[in-house]
Amino acid sequence: MSSPGPAAWSAGTAARRLRRLRRVAVVVLLLAPVAAGRADAPPVLTPVADGVYVHVGPHGEASEHNLGAFANVGVIVGERSVAVIDTGGSRRFGERLRAAIRGITDLPVSHVINTHVHPDHVLGNAAFSGAGARFVGHHKLPQALARRAPFYLDSFARLVGPAFEGTRAVAPDLLVEDTLEIDLGGRRLTLTAYPTAHTDNDLSVLDHESGTLFAGDLLFMERLPVVDGSLRGWLAVLARLRAEPAGAVRQVVPGHGPASAPWPAALDDEERYLRLLLEDTRAAVARDAGIEAAIRAVAPGERGHWLLFDDNHPRNVTASYTELEWE
Amino acid sequence: MCAVPAQIRLPIPALLLALASLLAVPGPARADADTEEVRWRALRAELFGDRDIADGTGVIALEAPDRAHDAAIVPVAIRAAFPQRADRYVKSVTLLIDMNPAPVAGRFHFTPASGVVDVDTRVRVNTYTHVRAVAETDDGSLYMVSRYVKASGGCSAPAGKDPEAALARLGRMKLRQAPVTDFGKPHPAQLLISHPNSTGMQMDQITRHYVPAHFIRTVNVTYRGEPVLRVESDISLSEDPSIRFHYLPRGPGELSVEVTDSKGGAYRGAWQVAGGDS
Repeated sequence: MSSPGPAAWSAGTAARRLRRLRRVAVVVLLLAPVAAGRADAPPVLTPVADGVYVHVGPHGEASEHNLGAFANVGVIVGERSVAVIDTGGSRRFGERLRAAIRGITDLPVSHVINTHVHPDHVLGNAAFSGAGARFVGHHKLPQALARRAPFYLDSFARLVGPAFEGTRAVAPDLLVEDTLEIDLGGRRLTLTAYPTAHTDNDLSVLDHESGTLFAGDLLFMERLPVVDGSLRGWLAVLARLRAEPAGAVRQVVPGHGPASAPWPAALDDEERYLRLLLEDTRAAVARDAGIEAAIRAVAPGERGHWLLFDDNHPRNVTASYTELEWE
Repeated sequence: MCAVPAQIRLPIPALLLALASLLAVPGPARADADTEEVRWRALRAELFGDRDIADGTGVIALEAPDRAHDAAIVPVAIRAAFPQRADRYVKSVTLLIDMNPAPVAGRFHFTPASGVVDVDTRVRVNTYTHVRAVAETDDGSLYMVSRYVKASGGCSAPAGKDPEAALARLGRMKLRQAPVTDFGKPHPAQLLISHPNSTGMQMDQITRHYVPAHFIRTVNVTYRGEPVLRVESDISLSEDPSIRFHYLPRGPGELSVEVTDSKGGAYRGAWQVAGGDS
């Protein structure tokens, strides 16, 4: 599988970063019991711009150690109020996030924004319920939650264990059809709802003051992207994101990966993988290879570039195959 | 000449009743061997009475992954070791997923006009289970092969990456096949049917009701008016069912498909097979 020059360069960078990550992962695993012992410590909110903070989700699947919160979570502080972007994977984590926000500001949380339906992004919502915050999401988020929350609650309850107690799904009460402006007091956010991409209910948040784009899971870094919507739709949305006016976005916070990354180079690895997934799967469909053979034949060269490749790549090929055979 | 039976009802409600008490709670773990054995014996009695079932090795092959990558879309293939001829052919294959809530995933009926029994489809697998293919040949003998598949949650997993788009194309069919260049040789074709094939086990959180089951019951394929394949199916077929089969094109003509579902829906598709001389 050959890649064009710039992609190959970026693949090399990704491979180096991945080797570093693996060393870090080993250390994290060794420290896991220690971390579990300090499980009541609030999550660390890393500043990425003035008034903008990110909790970096640890890579992995839901567990009692991460409380189901393995996605990045954002906090934006205005002059009047605070917006929270995603809430982690359990009520317990949501409560810790609230405590961490108390550590940086006394302003109330006015908006809890969910970037999409996945459990690691929405299941901390209940911790913010009843305190006057609006819950904001894509106009298709309520129906997606209705169909999926029972399944997610079951599986996360098993994976997270007793600390999952009290977790429930909280649906948005403020829906975004296309775009929505939110003012936190001297700080304007633009929320954008997309057509089907990573899921059928993806939403991004742009903080105009700092030029920080919270991409939700429209952007995975380090961890393999998961196709749970439409592969072709996702590539179209990435093209649209790249076309944002120059200067409007200066950095991006991925749904999974570092606290922030430079724009638009941060999109390169994901776009390369999704393009290969498209091209190779399309070729497999054309030769009537079948799903099992396609899993072996599609984008094998990407294996060294991503965490959780073996866990999620076969499902991505399956999803792509069943999408592309209708072309 | 064998005619595909016009109407065969699968004893699924009876099976569900008989086996309800044995229903395993879906989960990652394997049921114990005794439970699996009891379930298979009940299934076998229900479907085949006390008929002998011979080892099907060398007669029929079943392909399925040892471990499913996606429990809601598990590819399985059924292939006979010999071509369909008037003097020896496979009449039907019953595809069983023992531990699924509705264990009979499908009954596939063939004729000599099928050319060869070589079928691929995709199924939901709800827990660790034996998957079996039981073939009945034209002389009434039964042959079985099985595989053990590790998967979980395939029937209760929320369906649909984009339900709105899915609803818009409900009943749409697509036939994928290469141009026929060699009349008289079994030719593969893949039938795709856009349908949620919902299991009735997926809950809507707002209404607290389960999404009603809505699934394909029959698929009937004919070529130039002659039966090629008839499938009686159930909730174990994956969303947007795919059936890749073979037929024996003897000359230009129409391949036609009729589909019925559990809510009385009926869908038809027809494709002209051209080229060559008949």
